[in-house]
Amino acid sequence: MLANLINGISLGSVYAIIALGYTMVYGIAKMLNFAHGDVIMVGGYISFCSITYLGWPPALAVLASVAVCTVLGIVIEGLAYKPLRNATSLAVLITAIGVSYFLQNAALLIWTSNTKVFPNIFANLPAIQMGGTQVAPVTVITVLANIVIMVALTLFTSRTKMGKAMRAVSEDKGAATLMGINVNRTISMTFAIGSGLAAIAGVLLCTAYPTLMPTTGAMPGIKAFTAAVFGGIGSIPGAMLGGVLLGVIEIFGKAYVSTQLSDAIVFAVLIIVLLVKPTGLLGHQVREKV
Amino acid sequence: MEFIRKLKKHTKVSFLNYGIVIAFYFAVQIMAVTGHLSNSLKGQLIPIVSYVIVALALNLVVGISGELSLGHAGFMSVGAFSGVVVSMSVADSIPNPGLRLVIAILVGAALAGVAGVVIGIPVLRLNGDYLAIVTLAFGEIIKNVMNCLYVGVDGKGIHVSFKDTASLGMAADGKILINGPMGATGITKLSTFMAGTILLVIVLVIIQNLVNSRTGLAIMAIRDNRIAAEASGVPVTKHKLIAFVTSAAIAGAAGALYALNYSTIAPKKFDFNTSILILVFVVLGGIGNMTGTIIAAALLTMLPELLRKFADYRMLIYAIVLILVMIATNNEKIRSFIRGIGKSAKKEDGANE
Repeated sequence: MLANLINGISLGSVYAIIALGYTMVYGIAKMLNFAHGDVIMVGGYISFCSITYLGWPPALAVLASVAVCTVLGIVIEGLAYKPLRNATSLAVLITAIGVSYFLQNAALLIWTSNTKVFPNIFANLPAIQMGGTQVAPVTVITVLANIVIMVALTLFTSRTKMGKAMRAVSEDKGAATLMGINVNRTISMTFAIGSGLAAIAGVLLCTAYPTLMPTTGAMPGIKAFTAAVFGGIGSIPGAMLGGVLLGVIEIFGKAYVSTQLSDAIVFAVLIIVLLVKPTGLLGHQVREKV
Repeated sequence: MEFIRKLKKHTKVSFLNYGIVIAFYFAVQIMAVTGHLSNSLKGQLIPIVSYVIVALALNLVVGISGELSLGHAGFMSVGAFSGVVVSMSVADSIPNPGLRLVIAILVGAALAGVAGVVIGIPVLRLNGDYLAIVTLAFGEIIKNVMNCLYVGVDGKGIHVSFKDTASLGMAADGKILINGPMGATGITKLSTFMAGTILLVIVLVIIQNLVNSRTGLAIMAIRDNRIAAEASGVPVTKHKLIAFVTSAAIAGAAGALYALNYSTIAPKKFDFNTSILILVFVVLGGIGNMTGTIIAAALLTMLPELLRKFADYRMLIYAIVLILVMIATNNEKIRSFIRGIGKSAKKEDGANE
């Protein structure tokens, strides 16, 4: 029971970190970035390569994958999404799907479809005893990383100039432009942060579940998106809450109901929550004006 | 010619669409007779027709009703597996394969339609991106449930279980029709290109008449301004549901046609990626435009095959083409540039006269 709860919170923390990227991009650019899941996969591969082929220490490898993914996020945004700034949301959605196909197939060409086994980067840390169950170090680190990121992001959006600019752009693009905020740069910055977080999530995900394929990011991407909607898309604490709850529900569904139906249970809970509270757990109710 | 000019615009478009489908059918037949039909294209004919039908169905929801559905592969899945079960369980009593195919498609459409009602009633209360995510969730749930579904048939009738094949409790002469994640195996291939073309024409008749009817106008009025439509006395939920359920039933029929073209079919064939693929057809063809949808679905189904000489790079090229087309058709600067070229060409024509 306790072990399942801890596993659930750990998996949920990974979802939460990915969901933060989704939710920030949605809040500011009002777009569903389906390529986000594939940035996770790229992050996983970069740190895999730097550890296995280049022999870099894990900390440096994580930094490298964060750097690569941040640049990747900015490049994707600049090349594919910026020309569509005023287009319909469906056009941007399809473009995001195109980017997702591109990343998956590029990874397929570079790293082939063979499954790579991700090294355990926390192998020399001891397991922790908690209430009679052994907790793997990656579990603890995932939860800690989630909390640190969460606090840092909240401080960033409430205290710094850039963070305030982000909130202003998400409220009202036009008014933000009039106040002298560079909307394009703010959106690029959001993509950079979201993709950097995706890289961290990728490393944590691959350490906990050490198989790496070009399609590794797809399902966690969809689940994290679900988590973001679950908690109320556009809300940072919502993404955190949604992610953790989703992870716990998934692990408990696997343990007590059925392994095969655990995804179905996750999605069923999402549907019920959305029917009761259509804007998610912590989402803002926007009144419809006539 | 005078007769054609007098027709209403939407009637002309409808006949253009029937014309395209029938012309494609005869073009393929001529290619087959003259020996120009390659084997790879021949194998793709029924998938092409099936995807065109599903894309038309999704266009009814996305284009005409204005709701984004990311779970249409789920309806295809329901139609596919119910169609397979029916066609195989009546194999002894109805020997005629054509009749069996018709029954399979009808049952597939009916069950997918029921799924459409069950999903549509709660889902259509939501709006925009939330509706999209819930349809995505339903699509995944259908895939998961199908992964756990075991169906067998013996002398006593059809057995269903969600656990494993042993718990079906079948007699010795029983046959397993659907085997969980393995899907349906040993399907008798019933689908033919001609049957698919006939189904496609019937679907076109249904959709185009629905869109141009009073009901269709009401559906489009809700899409354009829900509040204004409601204030004018249009029942919103009823009309949204009509579009959604019709679309689900048609997707189910296409699923049955698709599945009965293969000897085995697994539930994971109808996953999120398939839903997205269908959405790509609709968006690239032009939202709400049936002619565009037909052409886009047919071309894009063939595209990976046509790009075969690029071997490993073909999906990469597919992705790049997708992104470039979206940018080219949606970026304001590029659009006005293209419009500018058109205008200057016209001006030159005028100057020459």
